[in-house]
Amino acid sequence: MTLKGRDLVSIRDLSREEIEEILRTARRMLPISEGRRASRALQGRILTLAFFEPSTRTRLSFESAMLRLGGQYITIADPASTSTRKGESLSDTIRMLSGYADAIVLRHPNEGATRLAAQVSDRPVISAGDGAGQHPSQTLVDLATMHEAFGTLTGLRVVLLGDLKFGRTVHSLAHALALFGAEIVLSHPPGLGLPVEVREHLDQMGARISQSDQLHQAVREADVLYVTRIQRERFPDEAEYRKVAGSYRVDATVLGGAKARLIVMHPLPRTGEIAPEVDGTPRAAYFRQAFLGVPVRMALLSLLLGVKAA
Amino acid sequence: MRELKITPIKNGTVIDHIGNGLALEVLRIIGVKELDRDSTVSLALHVRSQKIGWKDIVKVENMELSPRKVNAIALIAPTATISIIRDFKVREKRAVDLPDRIAGVLACPNPNCITNQHEPLESEFEVVRRRPVVLRCFYCERQVDEFLPHLA
Repeated sequence: MTLKGRDLVSIRDLSREEIEEILRTARRMLPISEGRRASRALQGRILTLAFFEPSTRTRLSFESAMLRLGGQYITIADPASTSTRKGESLSDTIRMLSGYADAIVLRHPNEGATRLAAQVSDRPVISAGDGAGQHPSQTLVDLATMHEAFGTLTGLRVVLLGDLKFGRTVHSLAHALALFGAEIVLSHPPGLGLPVEVREHLDQMGARISQSDQLHQAVREADVLYVTRIQRERFPDEAEYRKVAGSYRVDATVLGGAKARLIVMHPLPRTGEIAPEVDGTPRAAYFRQAFLGVPVRMALLSLLLGVKAA
Repeated sequence: MRELKITPIKNGTVIDHIGNGLALEVLRIIGVKELDRDSTVSLALHVRSQKIGWKDIVKVENMELSPRKVNAIALIAPTATISIIRDFKVREKRAVDLPDRIAGVLACPNPNCITNQHEPLESEFEVVRRRPVVLRCFYCERQVDEFLPHLA
């Protein structure tokens, strides 16, 4: 088993053992990611960040990861400034970029764009999300956050709350949770459940999944409450969005009956799904989750580039 | 089948055991424009079949189907058999069979899929299930179980 030279397009590309290796490496990266130790492991290496859709956390955490390991990055932050605006195909753009750097991180509005990029690039391609499709590096960050809090993933009871239809992080996460034998509880506004194929795929994996329409009830037994925002930008029309906007909110009342060890996670940005009163409590894991993006992406970069960093 | 009164063909292809009502779709896949101008096409609709109850049959003179067309027929008419006729004799007869991967036959029904964005690439699907057939787009991972509206 080696991750060197591989692409990360879908979480399905990784076995359970490979995910465990990435999480182990990420734990070893912690002191470097916190600036307590220096590393030059990726000195002389260049990463291309090709972002054709806006991103804050994913892009900055990849940048930070590269810099913490002594590497450098080049970036397309504004697709309007590239020749795709002149009609260049993504295939050509990626072929060109693969000559400029050692690996490519791609976020693109079309589903399947990162699979195409991986096919035409002779350097590793890492998906940073494509359309409503998968977002595998976020899933690794989510798993690292749960593992840090509980020391294991197996047997955890995880409530996935919110927009399970368009929220790309939950599709990848549900697959990974099933792989590790966690129990999944789905809770969502009407019409925003998991797409049929995602649900079928999970059933085929033998995942333990249940549905809960009562958030209070679901939270009572849970170890993790994973909250997502409603993906306004993916709704076909504003009226449909308004029907479900604001239909759930996690606050002190919702969390009142929860187990002491329950943590609240969110891939961020949030838009009111979690009340600010939760922020100061030990349950709030979402800022730690955002931080863990750095060591996890450091682990990913060093493993795909075949460098022993920590 | 003598009562059908369809003239035997000297050279060409007979597609038999097509599901009832699907002959015109099969004809669409074959592509009438590509036919030899002197060729005859015979359609038999709603014919009794011991195997599948009712069936359609399509006979095309002077044409043998490309693997891509056979794959498309396999998607919409999985019970079909294809016989190659040369000099009035059946030279080869086989059931249509889906390969594990199918390229260029279907357009991905996901409008946001990269295969629908003018990139220089063919659509490609993996067979997830065979009875009934379910395919998954190799690029965007969308599953498809309805094929007629999406034939390329």
